Amino acid sequence: MSLADTAQAMGKAIRALGVAAALAFAPQVMAAPAAAPVAAATAPAADAVQPAAKADAGAEKSSYVPAKPTPGKGQPVAGALSFQDQYSITGQQALRMYDYVLMPIITVITLFVLVLLLFVMARFRRGANPVASKTSHNTLIEVIWTLLPVLILVVIAVPSIRLLAAQYTPAPKNALTVKATGYQWYWGYTYPDNGGFEVISNMLPDEEALKRGEPPQLGADARMVVPYGEPIRMQTVGADVIHSFAVPSLWFKLDAVPGRINEKELFIKEPGVYYGQCSELCGVRHGYMPIVVEAVSRPQFEAWVKAQGGTVGPKEAAPAAAPAAAAPAADASAPAADASASPAA
Amino acid sequence: MATIPADHEGFDAHHHHDAHDHDHKPSFFARWFMSTNHKDIGTLYLIFAIFAGIVGGAVSGIMRAELAQPGIQYLGAVASFLGEKNPSFDQQLHLWNVLITAHGLIMVFFMVMPAIIGGFGNWFVPIMIGAPDMAFPRMNNISFWLTFVGFCSLMFSAFVPGGVGNGAGTGWTVYAPLSTSGSVGPAVDFAIFSLHLAGAGSILGAINFITTIFNMRAPGMTLHKMPLFVWSVLVTAFLLLLSLPVLAAAITMLLTDRNFGTTFFDPAGGGDPILYQHLFWFFGHPEVYIMILPGFGIISQIISTFSKKPVFGYLGMAYAMVAIGVVGFIVWAHHMYTTGLDVNTKMYFTAATMVIAVPTGIKIFSWIATMWGGSLEFKSPMVWAIGFIFLFTLGGVTGVVLANGGIDDNLQDTYYVVAHFHYVLSLGAVTSLFAGFYYWFPKMSGRMHSEFLAHLQFWVFFVGVNLIFFPMHFLGANGMPRRYPDYAPAFEHWNKVATDGYMIMSVSIVIFLINIAYAFLAGKKAEANYWGEGATTLEWTLSSPPPFHQFETLPVIDAKAAH
Repeated sequence: MSLADTAQAMGKAIRALGVAAALAFAPQVMAAPAAAPVAAATAPAADAVQPAAKADAGAEKSSYVPAKPTPGKGQPVAGALSFQDQYSITGQQALRMYDYVLMPIITVITLFVLVLLLFVMARFRRGANPVASKTSHNTLIEVIWTLLPVLILVVIAVPSIRLLAAQYTPAPKNALTVKATGYQWYWGYTYPDNGGFEVISNMLPDEEALKRGEPPQLGADARMVVPYGEPIRMQTVGADVIHSFAVPSLWFKLDAVPGRINEKELFIKEPGVYYGQCSELCGVRHGYMPIVVEAVSRPQFEAWVKAQGGTVGPKEAAPAAAPAAAAPAADASAPAADASASPAA
Repeated sequence: MATIPADHEGFDAHHHHDAHDHDHKPSFFARWFMSTNHKDIGTLYLIFAIFAGIVGGAVSGIMRAELAQPGIQYLGAVASFLGEKNPSFDQQLHLWNVLITAHGLIMVFFMVMPAIIGGFGNWFVPIMIGAPDMAFPRMNNISFWLTFVGFCSLMFSAFVPGGVGNGAGTGWTVYAPLSTSGSVGPAVDFAIFSLHLAGAGSILGAINFITTIFNMRAPGMTLHKMPLFVWSVLVTAFLLLLSLPVLAAAITMLLTDRNFGTTFFDPAGGGDPILYQHLFWFFGHPEVYIMILPGFGIISQIISTFSKKPVFGYLGMAYAMVAIGVVGFIVWAHHMYTTGLDVNTKMYFTAATMVIAVPTGIKIFSWIATMWGGSLEFKSPMVWAIGFIFLFTLGGVTGVVLANGGIDDNLQDTYYVVAHFHYVLSLGAVTSLFAGFYYWFPKMSGRMHSEFLAHLQFWVFFVGVNLIFFPMHFLGANGMPRRYPDYAPAFEHWNKVATDGYMIMSVSIVIFLINIAYAFLAGKKAEANYWGEGATTLEWTLSSPPPFHQFETLPVIDAKAAH
């Protein structure tokens, strides 16, 4: 994806947000967060320039050295109340929708019901209102409380449908393909565009993780290394039972199902180490197969590929990729290519 | 809601000296083991549900203790207690999966459903429509014992091999292929068979309720005059009747995949693991409404009683439940957003799921409107009911968040989902169960409970459950996956708070049990209508407890009677 494409995607996101924010805030009296959408809308535009600048800097450093994780980035934060910071395009779009559309609406609704309940309890307690009225119908108010929720849901539905569409834009034909295979109980990352080698990733024991500066329960002995600032065709498959490839800070979760290859675009905006964990019950060590994604510059990525014994070159020259890689790119509505073959592994 | 022409004593058999001849109760064994009396069967269901609830609650206690801090602390001790000598690390982790599976299955199939449909439904549906009993009394008995045997089968599964250790560790959803090729040994077969038994019992119960409500209403009791609790059970019975056969088919296919070499869910033989999920959730989503709709009915009765007002928007309330039931059947794949559904499917299920918020909103606002202009008395059932409205609203709005397929991509299978469904079920359905219990317990037992203890239980419970489940929203948003026995240190803080909350909540259950004991040992005798003028449905025209056989002369409902 070129810089222009990125900017265009950003533009779409901003427009979606603008519509959502306008609709969301119009009927509400909320002074404090009202200013926030403006700030959010301007921020991504600046971000869009970033990858290019960083790519230049990264070009000088072309050998791969495993990066140290940054505390608080790409991993859970102790005592946090909300989502991890987002480092993918759709992740940022989703988090904005949550922060500026969903969260305000559900907070207002809950507080509205609470205030109504407290008011009714105080005003109509037996001491204050000894004789009950016998009113049991009021068509107007019943119509209002049916239609108003419908309107609120439409306000939510607009950005929600846009978010889904953005998440399901297939990766371009020339995007790098990475296939994550869930095994009981570890992950394998295959690079079909780069010679088809597979990196096996096991969880580090807690002491070993601490020694290496990795968060306990999240660190793995090998990482899924990918370039940042470009679209990646992420595929998942299960080798034995269903697993789920999930990285919270990239807003990415896709089940790894035996017998089918699921596919979705992943676009990481900046270098870093991003942690995730298997998110579908897969047996006794379900809690012990973490996912570690490291995003590096393109030259560093190529150096890493060579160190793994893989090949780097134009896509056309690469050896035949996984069968599913060719099919779905053209079909916008079918990211989940249903492979009828038995599990790839 | 109904005006009864005869005076109340007309139905109270105890007032007549020859009553005992009419009231001939069978001997102990015949009465409780071969029961055909809807009230006795209701009592059996309630006792069973309380017992199963304590078992399921104890299981969650082990889970919360284990999660109080990172690392594995208690699973080894529990595994050896259950008969595993020197359990290996994997056996301890397997026990964890057995616990989460047991907790889910027990609470859904053997606590909430038996209590709310089998217990309160059996007790009060016939009485509220002026019927002497259920339409098929003997089938009613079979329904209960099938449920009971189902529970035994599930308990038995915990002591036979199910992989590296004993018990079924598949999660309550029993997803293939983990439940087929992924779990060796008979434990999963017994767990699946327990669902067959409980499901068959529920289908028979559903047929019984539908027949009773359609055919045995007293003269003048039209469908549009039925109390909302009866409406809620009617809708629930239809959900059971239509959804449980799909579950039965799905889990039967699991059994044949496991034992007879079929490959319905095995891609190596042309099957599809995702097909199982579609079948399961086609049942599973109506199932969550099965658990909450009768609660809606109970809350409507209570709010109306203690506001001394008829329910606001009766027809809207009744048809909102019908709408929830209908729409509940076409939203199932929102449980499967991350399985690789295509984008159009996700858009449809996002939109359809949000639609459910509309009839649910109608119910919330109608309850508040019922209270509006009323003369509110804060007796214990009312306090529980108001607590229900707030907690259910809180659980409902996080459902709107999760309905969005694009947002759910991050929240699916995290503690945010756990928080959401416990707010609508543990804090919703269970709160309505306690509300209903305190509302009707004196009617069922003839003894008044302690109002003080009932209020005290509410406040302890309210603080406890909110401490358990509210922090789970934070954990889930921050990325903690479900069904994990151990976690990264960053998740420790809120897990510790949740475990503290569990300890507070468990105190409230002790208060509950003390309250029952108090009622039987020292409780005052309950009058026929101990809640006063607001309580207008037919059960309040009967003595407390009602005679063994009620309505030998059918009550006649005044055509002009308000709802």
